Amino acid sequence: MNAATTSEKLHDCRDAFVAVLERLGAENSRVVAVCNDSVGSSKLGGFKAKWPDRLVNVGIAEQNMVGVGAGLANGGLLPFVCGASCFLTGRSLEQVKADIAYSNANVKLVGISSGMAYGELGPTHHSIEDFAWMRVLPNLPVVAPCDSIETAAAVEWAARHEGPVFLRLSRVGVPDLLPKGHVFVPGKANTLRDGDAVTLIANGTLTHRMMKAATLLAARGIEARVLNMATVRPIDVDSIVAAARDTGAILTAEEHSVYGGLGSAVAEVVVAEAPVPMKILGVPGIFAPTGSAEFLLDEFGMSPPAIAEAAEELVARKSSRG
Amino acid sequence: MHPNDLDRIARQIRLRDLQAVYEAGAGHIGGEMSAIDILTALYFRVLRIWPDQPKHPDRDRFVLSKGHVALALYVTLAKRGFLPEAEISTFLKPHSRLNGHPNCNKVPGVETNTGPLGHGLPVAVGMAKAAKLTGASYHTYVLTGDGEMQEGSNWEAISSAAQFGLGNLTLIIDHNRFQQGAALRDTNNMAPFADKLAAFGWDVSEINGNAMAEIVPALEHRSDRPHCIVAHTNKGHGISFMQDKVDWHHKVPSAEQYQIALAELSEVL
Repeated sequence: MNAATTSEKLHDCRDAFVAVLERLGAENSRVVAVCNDSVGSSKLGGFKAKWPDRLVNVGIAEQNMVGVGAGLANGGLLPFVCGASCFLTGRSLEQVKADIAYSNANVKLVGISSGMAYGELGPTHHSIEDFAWMRVLPNLPVVAPCDSIETAAAVEWAARHEGPVFLRLSRVGVPDLLPKGHVFVPGKANTLRDGDAVTLIANGTLTHRMMKAATLLAARGIEARVLNMATVRPIDVDSIVAAARDTGAILTAEEHSVYGGLGSAVAEVVVAEAPVPMKILGVPGIFAPTGSAEFLLDEFGMSPPAIAEAAEELVARKSSRG
Repeated sequence: MHPNDLDRIARQIRLRDLQAVYEAGAGHIGGEMSAIDILTALYFRVLRIWPDQPKHPDRDRFVLSKGHVALALYVTLAKRGFLPEAEISTFLKPHSRLNGHPNCNKVPGVETNTGPLGHGLPVAVGMAKAAKLTGASYHTYVLTGDGEMQEGSNWEAISSAAQFGLGNLTLIIDHNRFQQGAALRDTNNMAPFADKLAAFGWDVSEINGNAMAEIVPALEHRSDRPHCIVAHTNKGHGISFMQDKVDWHHKVPSAEQYQIALAELSEVL
């Protein structure tokens, strides 16, 4: 299956999130939304119009927001705690650790506008550390869907899952890649394209760029496997090991620092289970310069041609190892 | 239960707490002694709870935000039947579920994990808000330390509790005037508390937090606003040489001091 590469329709995954949230809200009066004055940016206006009492807005107070979420769950409700991912994870990290993960509270944390979605607003508003901060916490699945279909499926799953979840969403438009009716399975990557020369692993806004890079590589006679790995924790060990054994090289890309995110999680498996040449694309450990999310991804070597070039280098490294 | 009976139970809890600190060689005895009268009043008089059904949906919620006095909570929970009294002797031992801070997934009766300060009150606000949304009749109580009120997250929660009109929430501040390193007044003096809470729109009571006759009615007080009880207590209450001494935040008594403390607590039983 290949993604459309021309005149593709782009979707804001927040729309898929709130569509499912509102359907869940209609089916189950225990579903509540909690936010930090982020009704607009979390697209909770529709939820608020339908159930004003069930929209718990604590104002600009993220530590309280996460604690309140834990308390609402203790009282038998099913809270979706929504806020800009930079503040939800950064400002409230200790609350996420103690009140949510360690307490195993049945709270769904929804990081909106993650990665560099806030582009020109600058590094204070970029959330390129959240995989690293969240994935070290026990009990907390970390999920970054790649399109609106996977977003909807992941929200459905999160609501059914008994326990905390961190969903990392963007506001940057992405094309649909997964088939309609896709069922989200946590900790399981999807093979979007098969190949034997190299494996490209991504999630979130990078998956469609990986697919485009794979198309470019195919034109040069390099068949790449593309894995959409939405779940960063628990990481899909089997798919990574199979990718290493079948293709002998792995390239990851993510809208996150190269330190501590998806690439690091993949590398932890590769070095322990099946060492092969690897490269991690992401924000190279710096505070990003001014620019839109799309500009910055290109700037940091994650345009489809740049990804393809990095993949070719990996293939060459693999071959030179004999 | 008559105040005199509650006093007797509180002394028994103090005694067991002292023994456990001495045996474990660790604990936060000063803040445990200041809070035990409040814990006793809650668990033996005020809270609607079922020790054999610790997750009963209608149970009143109690959150120990000053989680470092976990031992006092464990002894109280054991005495109330939530866990075997003999288990207190495992406090801090390897693999004991009685950690230095309470764990809600291991210890029946614990509602949320605390330890880092400034966490319990936001969670309690969520519990009280949930009852408002679902129509549940339970009441939520949360106990903080006075030094803990230096954490900004508490003031976020105080403001939202007033905004949400949480008349089903009671905050008790264990105002023993000392934090880990020094007196509050020599550190970052949040006191006096009453005017500050009132300014946020809370109903406020000030009581002697080591006097049952004042604790019980304050805990049973209800209004349409969240209620703060500023409980004036003594760090190390009940043990003469510990009282109001900052050293006794987490000091462990020597063999000689232990015998003196045992005698003092036993004499009033």
